[in-house]
Amino acid sequence: MRVTLPAESALPSALAEQAEPSCYSRLTNEWFCGQYLVDRHAEITEATVEHVLITVASVAFGVAIAFPLALLARRYPRLESTLLGVSTGIYTIPSLALFPLLLPFTGLSPTTVVLGLGLYALTILVRSMLEGLRAVPDDVREAATGLGYGAGRLLLKVELPLALPVIMAGLRVATVSTVALTTVGSLVAYGGLGNLIKDGVNTNFRAELLTAAVLCVVLAVLLDVLLVLAQRLLTPWTRGAAG
Amino acid sequence: MTIFLDTWDYLTSAASWTGTGGMLQLLLQQLLLTGTALVIALVVGLPLALWLGHLGRGGFLAINISNVGRAVPTFALLALLVTFEFPGRAELGPYGRAGLATLIALALFALPPIITNSYVAVREVPAEVKEAARGMGMTGPQRFLRVELPLALPLVASGVRLALVQVWATATIAALVAGPGLGRVITDGFFRTNYGKGLAGAVVVALVALVLEVSAALVQRAVTPPGAATGGRTGGRADAGSLEGGREVSAGARRVEPAAGPLDR
Repeated sequence: MRVTLPAESALPSALAEQAEPSCYSRLTNEWFCGQYLVDRHAEITEATVEHVLITVASVAFGVAIAFPLALLARRYPRLESTLLGVSTGIYTIPSLALFPLLLPFTGLSPTTVVLGLGLYALTILVRSMLEGLRAVPDDVREAATGLGYGAGRLLLKVELPLALPVIMAGLRVATVSTVALTTVGSLVAYGGLGNLIKDGVNTNFRAELLTAAVLCVVLAVLLDVLLVLAQRLLTPWTRGAAG
Repeated sequence: MTIFLDTWDYLTSAASWTGTGGMLQLLLQQLLLTGTALVIALVVGLPLALWLGHLGRGGFLAINISNVGRAVPTFALLALLVTFEFPGRAELGPYGRAGLATLIALALFALPPIITNSYVAVREVPAEVKEAARGMGMTGPQRFLRVELPLALPLVASGVRLALVQVWATATIAALVAGPGLGRVITDGFFRTNYGKGLAGAVVVALVALVLEVSAALVQRAVTPPGAATGGRTGGRADAGSLEGGREVSAGARRVEPAAGPLDR
């Protein structure tokens, strides 16, 4: 029989006699363990999928709220400082404290995590959206107006495309930080790979811990690369230009 | 909603504040951790970043450090540190259980904003100002101390402020791996399904975070010479991801590039 349960590092010496323990058994407890990946792939996949879903939902929520807010702040400058102040205030609150603060309203659910992370993403996104829209040259705007563009068409066809590089930079930062932050959601049991990290550290299960940590970083890099590719596709005119 | 009543009870009962493991002790412990880690990060990161900025080299390093820092989850790093043989969960004086592991993680996460901001701050001192200083016969160290450093100070301060907020957040997360600090009130409350207690801890952590942020903002304003202030920009959480998008700001025609980006909270 294989000992597959990870446990404290203290090894009962009687168990040490058993033949060929797997590399993630409590006897060996190796950091790198291919067998762990094979045996627990269902669990790992589930956690990864949850992680991606929470990240994407949070960032999408952040974008959906940040965009109208940025437009409002641009229209009413007095609103801007209030908006930036409040969002910076929220951003200052550590994630481990923000989730409990949302708990009375949303309970132990993925909503708590998505809402909290969405609020963090929002802070980054509103800033980059305002920044991007502000960077659109006035003469371009004037030219478009002169060509008969209305406010809506001006925004969609002229301003947004020109603001896209700055907005995408913000989106990349927001996404990468959200991937990392999702792990803290394990406090309310919806942390994606964070759940594995929590279990790994509580039961001293090294392979599980390291695998989840590495997957988090890989996920962040992958999503970042995806966003860079999306940006290249969306802004073909910037290719070839410096930077 | 009884959870609010529980929270209120917990916050207003003296027993939850005093004694070993009381919130007062944990609060002081976390402040001590935060302060120590920030000092370590400043001692390590500041001279290096300022020097590189003076030379105008190493931007690649600064940006990459901050990007990597953002992708590594605080929680994962803390979990790895306490699971390694060293530093592990060993008690460290007033820093509590897993004190050393926590300090290392905190200092590491404080480095990116400090390094990126200080580097950018010094490098982005306008070339004509540096040229003028050279023309006046100032030596390298003189230019650095009397021209570049004063002009860089506001942005450096904004990096330190980002680091402070970052370190406080990370110190809270330390409780998830049974580390020291106020976060323990939150995790204890959650693991024992005493959500009132968890919420109470969260309220205290959030309030202290806001107080730290506001005090840091005041200090930053104090070190910003009149005229060099750039409004929202210097104190802003603009990011290193858009480092190519520097923007002209009014006073002194200083090109201020985005400060270090938000990291893992």
